[in-house]
Amino acid sequence: MKKLINKPEDVVTEELEGIAAAHPDLVRVQFNPNVIIRADAPIQGKVGLVSGGGSGHEPMHGGFVGQGMLDAACPGEVFTSPTPDQMLDATKAVDGGAGVLHIVKNYTGDVMNFDMAAELAGGESIQVEAVVIDDDVAVQDSLYTAGRRGVGATVLAEKICGAAAEAGRNLSEVAGLCRKVNANARSMGMALTSCIVPAAGKPTFELGDDEIEIGIGIHGEPGRERIKIEPSAKIVERLATPIVEDLPFEQGDQVLAFVNGMGGTPLIELYVVYNDLRKFLDGRGITISRNLIGPYITSLEMAGCSITLLKLDDELIELWDAPVKTAGLRWAA
Amino acid sequence: MDVSYDDVVRWIRAFAAEVGTNKEQLTELDAAIGDGDHGINMDRGMSAVLGKVDAGPQEDIGALLKAVGMTLVSTVGGAGGPLYGTLFMQMGTALSGKAVIGLDDWTAALDAAVSGVQARGKAEPGDKTMIDALIPGRDALKSALVGGASFEDALKRSADAAGQGMRDTVPLVAKKGRASYLGERSAGHQDPGATSSHLLLEAAAETWAA
Repeated sequence: MKKLINKPEDVVTEELEGIAAAHPDLVRVQFNPNVIIRADAPIQGKVGLVSGGGSGHEPMHGGFVGQGMLDAACPGEVFTSPTPDQMLDATKAVDGGAGVLHIVKNYTGDVMNFDMAAELAGGESIQVEAVVIDDDVAVQDSLYTAGRRGVGATVLAEKICGAAAEAGRNLSEVAGLCRKVNANARSMGMALTSCIVPAAGKPTFELGDDEIEIGIGIHGEPGRERIKIEPSAKIVERLATPIVEDLPFEQGDQVLAFVNGMGGTPLIELYVVYNDLRKFLDGRGITISRNLIGPYITSLEMAGCSITLLKLDDELIELWDAPVKTAGLRWAA
Repeated sequence: MDVSYDDVVRWIRAFAAEVGTNKEQLTELDAAIGDGDHGINMDRGMSAVLGKVDAGPQEDIGALLKAVGMTLVSTVGGAGGPLYGTLFMQMGTALSGKAVIGLDDWTAALDAAVSGVQARGKAEPGDKTMIDALIPGRDALKSALVGGASFEDALKRSADAAGQGMRDTVPLVAKKGRASYLGERSAGHQDPGATSSHLLLEAAAETWAA
């Protein structure tokens, strides 16, 4: 294992110390239990937004704490859900009297830990709503699985709901908006290489030099199929077709196209993917109105990408365009 | 035979040791059908539990087990944290105020634990989860209790039944947790949660019925 670390067991703590040192204007970091909190939280009268998940997906979620996005993020161990005490502390730290929204990715551990946290917060008379994000079309959604995984739509939901909370919308409105983003977004990813969890010290899965995994999860969970490497245009077709057919996205739709890097793939390749995606969507009469390209929900050093499409309307466009000031996502009005 | 507060501490230490010894195996089982962190997470949690146990005695067996559960909830993460945390907290509630426990207490405690785990994880028998080891373990205790078996004998039967339940998860298709994403591909692998749950009941048998 070659990594820029000191000791595997110190990776998360030292990362958090680095974040605290780098971005004191944006966030403050609480240790044991670990929480990244917006520097000016709690903001009176504003709905608080809390998310969290395993570490190793940076900049998600800690890099999205700041004005116009999250109020707090709970980082777990690498690829491991954070714990209810972290979530409770985060919830208390950001409650400005208007309630707190938990944005939860649909993984068994995340859902159970956030459930316990919501029960604890309820006991302290904080109003909490939780929305579970489950946008990954690689997973069959049925009674017989834990349901679809939460992936790329999480980043979009955090941005859009953050703008809505900043604009003063109430808890049920922000929660409703979060459900709307989730209902209108679909994603699928692929891997060119595996990744190494620092504490495990070896690759999470093995992938041959000429093989790729289509439908990969963000923790290296196996996907739909393993195939030989193909040109980008063909891979984009394999990812975008099930996305488009699932919602479905139709001729005349306006979308936000999010081409996400898994951590080990350079921007030059992500732009090739974006170009192929643009052509694919052109062919179906779907217009890209907004885009996001880069590594935003990563899987350690895994090479590969994911594609997320979000069907847009005027409300979502306005909230997407609203200013945001975080370490991971930043633009002015 | 009765089980004292110190015996319960010895069981917790034995389980922590078993988790440490089998950390790699649990992690490998999890890597095959999940995300490959079960052994690492449980070992971190049980190390924290030992720290809690070493820090000083709790009031009674119930308080001890509740403290173990709270420690696991706040240190394990993943699905294992809430599930094992709930298991120990429910046992603690069932054994509240007890300084010694007998077979009837232990049976009631495991029954409460299984109910708590099922409520938290919403898994049914056969979903390829930890309850596929815990439910046979509990049922063996219940029938041993009804049949008038000794505590020692009941513990051994319970551990054996949990072991059989664990092995019986191999051909199952997972319906809960990350393994469920694999569908049919999850068959042919032993469930890591059922494996750690077997270790838990085996540690009780080996500690108390030795």
